[in-house]
Amino acid sequence: MSSSSGPVEPRLREEFPGLRLQWTALDARARPSPREVARRVRDLSDRYRGAGVVAMRTQPIPHAYRTFFRQVGVDPDAARIPSEEAAVKRLLQGRFESRDAVADALLIALVETGVPVWALDAALTDADTLGIRTSVAGDRLGGYEGGGVPLPAGQLVVADGVAVHATLFGEPAPGHGPGPRTRRIVLFAVGVDGVPAIHVEEALWTAVDVLEAS
Amino acid sequence: MELLEHDLSGAPESTLAALTLGEQDERAGRRSLRAQIDKLERELADAFVTAYPMGGLDEPPAQSCRTPRLLDLGELERVRDELAARVQSARATISQRADEEAASRLRLEKMLLDPGRYRFVRISNREIGEPGCGVWYVRPRLGLIGMLMGWWEVKLSSGCPLATAARPVTGAAACGQSYSRR
Repeated sequence: MSSSSGPVEPRLREEFPGLRLQWTALDARARPSPREVARRVRDLSDRYRGAGVVAMRTQPIPHAYRTFFRQVGVDPDAARIPSEEAAVKRLLQGRFESRDAVADALLIALVETGVPVWALDAALTDADTLGIRTSVAGDRLGGYEGGGVPLPAGQLVVADGVAVHATLFGEPAPGHGPGPRTRRIVLFAVGVDGVPAIHVEEALWTAVDVLEAS
Repeated sequence: MELLEHDLSGAPESTLAALTLGEQDERAGRRSLRAQIDKLERELADAFVTAYPMGGLDEPPAQSCRTPRLLDLGELERVRDELAARVQSARATISQRADEEAASRLRLEKMLLDPGRYRFVRISNREIGEPGCGVWYVRPRLGLIGMLMGWWEVKLSSGCPLATAARPVTGAAACGQSYSRR
C-alpha cells in the first residue's frame, strides 16, 4: 500500500507543524463483513475495561488529539476524540457490532492505533487535492453545485478542489461517504502534533489490510 | 489586526518591519499558549485518573462550540484560563477527598479499637479510598443480648451486590470476617 500526504494550508501548517492528512485509494464496497472480520470486531470489545478507558487520556496518542481539540476550540469532554468516542460507545453498548466492511475496517484501524480514519466515495473525491484548510465565505459542507450546508468562514475542514467533504474530525457529509453504489474509496487519516507519522501510516495500512481481506 | 488590512504599499520600511515583528510576537504568543494548554491538559488528565477511584471529578460545564477553528491569541488565552481553573478545581477536589478519606481511616481504626464507642457506625470502603463495595459497621454480638451486655463488634460486609436481582441472603453467613472486641 502506498499513501500520499494531502496539502495543509500554509497558515495552518505554520501554527500546527504536526497537522497532516494522509490518504490512499482502493477498490472497496460497503458490503457485509466476512465472518473473520466480524469476529475481529467483536474481539476488539475485550480490549476495553472501565479503568482502562479512564486512563486512556493519559496515553500519548489520545492525549495528542485531546490537546489538539482544545487548541482549536473544541472541548474534548463535550465532543470526544474518536478513540474515546469508540471506547465509550463500547462500554455503553456492551460490545462492538459489525456494520459493514468499510465501517469495520475504520473501527479496527482506530482501536488498533488510536488514529481515526475516514472513508470517502472516490467517485466524488479529487484525492490529489484532498487536504486540510480553513473554510472561506461561500463554502458549503457537502456541496456540489450549490448544494450542501453553508459553512461559516474560518472552520477547519477536509476539502479537495471540488467540495468540502467534512469538518476536521467530523463525519463526512451525507452522500460523501461510501454508499451502496460505491466501488472505490479514498481512505484518509489525520495526524496532529504528538502523533508519530508511522502511527498515521499504520492506521491506513490496517484499514486497507482489513478491506483487502474482505 | 485591523492595520493589516490596510494598503501598506506606501508605508515606510520601519512600519512594515514593526508589523512583521508584531505578527511574529503574536505567533510566538500563540505557540506558547498552545504549549501551556498541552501541559494543562496533561495535568487535568492525571487529576482525572487520580480522582476516579475517589468518585471522579465534577462534570465540566457544557461547551457550545464543537467546530474546530484557528483560535486567535485572546481565544487561546480563554481556553488556557478555563483549563487552568479546571485543573485547580480538580486538585482542590482531590485534596478535599483525600482529607475525608484520611479522617474516615482514622475513625475506622478507632472503631476497631473500641467498637462500643461507635455503636452502629458504618464506614464504606469507598469512604476510606479502598476499592470494592465492602462496608465496615459496628453491631452488637448476639443481637439484643450483646446490646444489653455491651458486646460490640466491627464487621466487614463481603462486597458488592450482584448486578442481577438475586434472592436475599439470610443469616449471618452472608457477612465476612468479624473483628470483635468487648
